[in-house]
Order: sequence, then structure tokens, then C-alpha cells
Amino acid sequence: EPLSEPGGRCRLRPFCCEQGLLSRPDGSAAFLQGDTSVLAGLYGPAEAKLSKELPDRAALEVLLRPKVGLPGVLERSREQQLRQTCEAVVLGVLHPRTAITLVLQVLSDAGSLLSCCLNAACMGLLDAGLPLSSLFCGVTCALGPDGTITLDPTARQEQVSLGTGVL
Amino acid sequence: GSITTADGSALVKLGNTTVICGVKAELAAPAADSANKGYIVPNVELPSLCSERFRSGPPGEEAQAASQFIADVIENSQMIVKEDLCIANGKLAWVLYCDIICLDYDGNLLDASVFALLAALKNVQLPSVIINEETGLSEVNLKQKTPLTIRKHPVATSFAIFDDTLLIVDPTTEEEDLATGTVTIVTDEEGRLCSVHKPGGSPLTGAKLQDCITRAVTRHKEVKKLIDKVIKSIMPK
Repeated sequence: EPLSEPGGRCRLRPFCCEQGLLSRPDGSAAFLQGDTSVLAGLYGPAEAKLSKELPDRAALEVLLRPKVGLPGVLERSREQQLRQTCEAVVLGVLHPRTAITLVLQVLSDAGSLLSCCLNAACMGLLDAGLPLSSLFCGVTCALGPDGTITLDPTARQEQVSLGTGVL
Repeated sequence: GSITTADGSALVKLGNTTVICGVKAELAAPAADSANKGYIVPNVELPSLCSERFRSGPPGEEAQAASQFIADVIENSQMIVKEDLCIANGKLAWVLYCDIICLDYDGNLLDASVFALLAALKNVQLPSVIINEETGLSEVNLKQKTPLTIRKHPVATSFAIFDDTLLIVDPTTEEEDLATGTVTIVTDEEGRLCSVHKPGGSPLTGAKLQDCITRAVTRHKEVKKLIDKVIKSIMPK
């Protein structure tokens, strides 16, 4: 596929989403963006361990599992970003002293992974029926070497870009 | 030059937050796919001595996220170009282990870490290494030392967001706990933006973000002046 399309691409790759595909978690969603796909499973609000429970709100935990290998430092940093984003929208004060666990599994990575995770997390939260103050979604933008902006870049486009940002 | 056993080190105090960075340089063979690049390995540690919120044991989420942030800053700002660390193509390269340890955690860890890293790298003196043609072994000359070439000087500025309106620069632990979000902006000396780190939290309008960026650029100039003053003061005359 072209490394960077002339004039940049301001259209997203075809995406689709499926909810309720797993039977055990309270909420689940699979989000596909082009060839990148992430599966999200949500458990909660459930009993929290004494060490983790917060007296006035729900404790949110995010686990991101990469496609291959063990979770490393990069996954931890992504988990922190996802957790703080979800904490800002989930109305945790309605479920104090409980734990909400969000598990994300990367099924395939072809660029724009963080925004795919964010979208899968949002759809998972909706499927679980958790109270949210607003919805959120993520879009990755890449600045190509020739100064053009491409939305939702593929892995090759991300590699050659000067910088990427997730909004 | 706080740690005498390290090749370069610096101690930074931002209010009560104290961070020390030590850089050790070792030799290794470069990776097969990038034969002309050395390595820089940052590692942020939050020992239980710095605050009651950290337990001893494997690094927690905050330490790992901070390590990733520092690695991204080094990579994005091109502070140290990895090709400069190569001694012999495909055979020998420097590995810089940067250990950033927080001694006293009173908020704003990221700013202090970047500051300490920059000061420590400026303090690093690498011994000269020659590869003996006949034996193929490297000879390290500890008497001849050259400083590292640092291309860019990134400085991080953190803001705490309160309810979409109020912004506080350089938050303390109390302010961070009460804040609804944080944003960290890294700029280099040409006033250009290196990275914006906003891990979730409450939303911020575009105008406010622009305001943060302009303030970060002003702060950069002050921080740069301070670093230059300190480096000059320890230079052997």
C-alpha cells in the first residue's frame, strides 16, 4: 500500500465493532480498524480486594495484553493512559468500594493501536452497562515526512512518519 | 557530579521533589539490524523511601509509565543520536544505562526526571576506546575523556488540570491527588514541541492547550539558563 498518500488521507480505514461476543465477562466488545483489532472484556462492578478498594468510588484496573510476549513497560504506560481516560468518564461514585476490571487483548496490530484500544474500551464499557458521563473515542494522526497529515495510519505509515498523535 | 562511581550524574530538587540520575556507560555489540547504533536504557525507580504510596517489590505502574515516557522523550527529541554512540560499525557500541531514582516524591516526577537526565548526560565523560587492529580487542583509555554530544535539550513542563478550567504549573503531591487530570509538555530549545503527554483525565480545550505550550516554551528558557550555569560552575578551570 502507498507509504504516504499525496495530500494526506483524511478518511478513516473501514472499521467495525461487535459487542457481547464473550459469555463470561459482564461486557465485551471487539473493535476492528482496518487490520488492527482489539478485544475488550469488562468485569464489574465486583468485589474489590481490601488493598485496592477506594472508599468513595470504584477502583478501575486496566490490563493490556500484547499479541506476543509478556506485557512490558510500553503496555504499562498504555494501561495508565487508558485507565485515566476511563476514570474520567466512568461515574465511579455510584459504585464505591468495588472494582471494575478491563482486560484488552491485542489480536492484530497494523497501526493506530492506542486509538483502537480506546474505542474497544468505550464499547466494552457500554456493553457492560456501566454509568458513563460521556463517550470517548480515539483517532491517531500521523505527520508524514512531506508534511501531510494522515488519519488512522497503518503500521508502515507510522514508521515513516515524523510524529504521531492520538486525540 | 554527585555520584563519583558513575560516568555522569546529577541531583535535581524541584521544591521538595528530589530526583537523582546516574549514567553508566558500558560496551556492547550493536544489534544486528542497526549495526551503527548504540543503546540508551532509561529506568525510573520509585523506591518505597520516597513516599508511603510505593511498596517495595517489582516496579509499579507509575514507575514503568515514567520509564516509557523518558524513553519516548529521548527518542522523539533526538537528544542523543544513537549513531554517535557507535564506536566500530557492527562490532562495538556504547550502552548508556540511565538510572533515575526518586528520593523524595512531592509531585511532578516527570519534569524532575527529564531535568535530572539532561543534567546527568551533560556531565557524562566517555573514555576513548580504540580497537586494536591485530588482536581485535578494544582498549579503553580512562585518561582521555570526551563529553557526550547532546544535540537537543528537551525540558518538560507539567500542568495539573482542575475541572476543565484551572491549570496549575509544577503540581505538588496534594495538588496532583486532587487534580482531575495532568498534562506534560516537552519543548526543545528552538521553541518547538517535542511531545505532549496527556494520560486521560478531564478534557482540555484547544485554546488552553495552546496556552500551556506557550508557557512551557518560556519555562524552557529559564531552565536552560540554570543548567548552563551549573555545568559551567563544575567545569575544571
